[in-house]
Amino acid sequence: MQVSKEKQIEMLRSMLLSRRFEEELTELCKVQGKIPGMMILCTGQEAVGSGVCAALAPEDVLISNHRSHNHLLAKGAEPRALMAEIYGKRTGCNKGKSGTLHLAVPEVNAPCTTTVVGGGLPIAVGVAFAQQYRQEKSVTVCLFGDGAADEGSFHEALNLASLWRLPVIFVCENNLYAGAQRYEEHTAVRSVADRAVAYAMPGEVVDGNDAVAVYEATRRARELAVAGGGPTLIECKTYRCRGHGESDPQHYQPKDEIAAWQEKCPIPRLRDEVLARGLITTEELREMEAAINAIVEDAVRFAEESPYPRPEEALEDVLVQ
Amino acid sequence: MQQLGMGQAVHQALREEMMRDARVFIAGEGVGVSIHDNPMLPTAGLLKEFGPKRVRDTPVSEAAIAGLAVGAAAAGLRPVVEIMFNPFFTLASDMIVNHAAKLRYLSGGKSTFPLVVRMKSGAGFGAGCQHAHNLEAWVAHCPGLKVVMPSTPADAKGLLKSAIRDDNPVVFIEDMMLYFAPGPVPEGEHLAPIGKADVKRPGMDVTVVTWSKMLGVALNAATRLEQEGIEAEIVDLRTLSPLDKETVLTSVHKTGRLVVLHEATRTGGFAGEVAAVVMEEAFSSLKAPLRRVTGPDIPVPVSPPLERFYIPDEEKLIAAIREIL
Repeated sequence: MQVSKEKQIEMLRSMLLSRRFEEELTELCKVQGKIPGMMILCTGQEAVGSGVCAALAPEDVLISNHRSHNHLLAKGAEPRALMAEIYGKRTGCNKGKSGTLHLAVPEVNAPCTTTVVGGGLPIAVGVAFAQQYRQEKSVTVCLFGDGAADEGSFHEALNLASLWRLPVIFVCENNLYAGAQRYEEHTAVRSVADRAVAYAMPGEVVDGNDAVAVYEATRRARELAVAGGGPTLIECKTYRCRGHGESDPQHYQPKDEIAAWQEKCPIPRLRDEVLARGLITTEELREMEAAINAIVEDAVRFAEESPYPRPEEALEDVLVQ
Repeated sequence: MQQLGMGQAVHQALREEMMRDARVFIAGEGVGVSIHDNPMLPTAGLLKEFGPKRVRDTPVSEAAIAGLAVGAAAAGLRPVVEIMFNPFFTLASDMIVNHAAKLRYLSGGKSTFPLVVRMKSGAGFGAGCQHAHNLEAWVAHCPGLKVVMPSTPADAKGLLKSAIRDDNPVVFIEDMMLYFAPGPVPEGEHLAPIGKADVKRPGMDVTVVTWSKMLGVALNAATRLEQEGIEAEIVDLRTLSPLDKETVLTSVHKTGRLVVLHEATRTGGFAGEVAAVVMEEAFSSLKAPLRRVTGPDIPVPVSPPLERFYIPDEEKLIAAIREIL
């Protein structure tokens, strides 16, 4: 089936926004005292979140992980609120409680990004259970890395989701590295998706640098899930072009490997395709990029100008009073 | 008034809350079809009454059970899940400690996680240390969780109903020994407040702070001491977190003496927290050093004389009280 022009433009736009947002962060996190904590980026992996989210409805729920910026922007999170949160400012989407690694945006149905590797999987099962319980025609997507597939929570979550035929899509963003361990150093099976058979669910390997392919796979999985057909395991093969975090010197990643994957960057791939097919003009693309620049610059300005929380605000939001 | 064991009281609370609120469901290993067929147990008969949509038997997957609760609560349901025994909390703990307890904070107060995790605990069945291990102090150490440990069937009913209606994650620990001891339970709507201790017996001479199964030990000891003219005030915490400091301090101000009694092991046990609060806030009222009566720092053993040695009893409590009178 031909993917509509609108969907392709939407994915291109969301990848460009995500890349531009993270380019800014790449520089900001080098400034001493600017951004608290680690900086974990998804540069080069944008086709996954952007492809997945293009196939979702607003009411579908996304459970993400520590490498979440692209996922959340693609789901519609407000760049200002994200950037301010990454700065640790009071105007951030979580009032400075979460920072870059645990961003939670329940207003776009992205209630949880967890830094506990594999932690999102059982939670996604719980959200999907609620969707099934209320007989909603919506699904839950859990995005997790190849490292998470080695956690016990992966097994428990996939088994339960399949047993109860829950409307959940497990999307493994296999970026070839879990920390400093290359995929074949931490996992015995050739592909994470090979494990789907063990849970009696469909498994599919997708080119994770091809946004259209990710979109198509997610769309099929979503159709199956809302029809009561249960979960799907999709593995998007992509590459972590940057380190685990920005302080990681990547001494264990071969330089030619990084270079080869940079050549396969998902953004020019879709951009050139839509340009060649006349879905967008050069002029329109330039306008889109200018608009994205303005959004990101505005987000940074907003974050810079926003106040920090007062220290005693740390005591708020633990329990519902 | 109806006489129920604590298991039946828990059952009644679950049943009434499920009838009251369609968002409430229960899940866990054997909550529907159990390896036991005993009407004294909390979830007996609920599957038949409410059906498999709302009474979900799960695989032996504690992380998935707890994650189910976290996700379903995030999505607006009110899950009540069971982790069969307190030691298996370790298998579910990432979902409870890192997620149920923290996700509201991480959302900046936008999300709520109205869930209850029920766990059975308590030595006395010869089940051994991997089925009996009171870990309430671990859970009480986690901000973002409420921790409830009822000691009577009536409190179990009232506190569980409150827990299910609470918008926060509540860890609800039931001592299995109490399942089989009937006590009066109000019928219908009966709510007991979370975060409020209860003076189960008034007295002027010494305060005994305790909870769960040890309440019975404390009350029996108080009855014996009464014959010697010693009046012990028995404060049942009922809720460890939030801790009702006021009731504890009021009692200590009155009696000037404190013994904290719990079944859990000594080092790092919750008695230390109660003792610290009293030392910080009621030191000048104390007429004698406080005492802790607890399980020894050993895993719960199986052999009957060994297990009896582990569980604090009236003799140990009375000896501690005599030391400070």
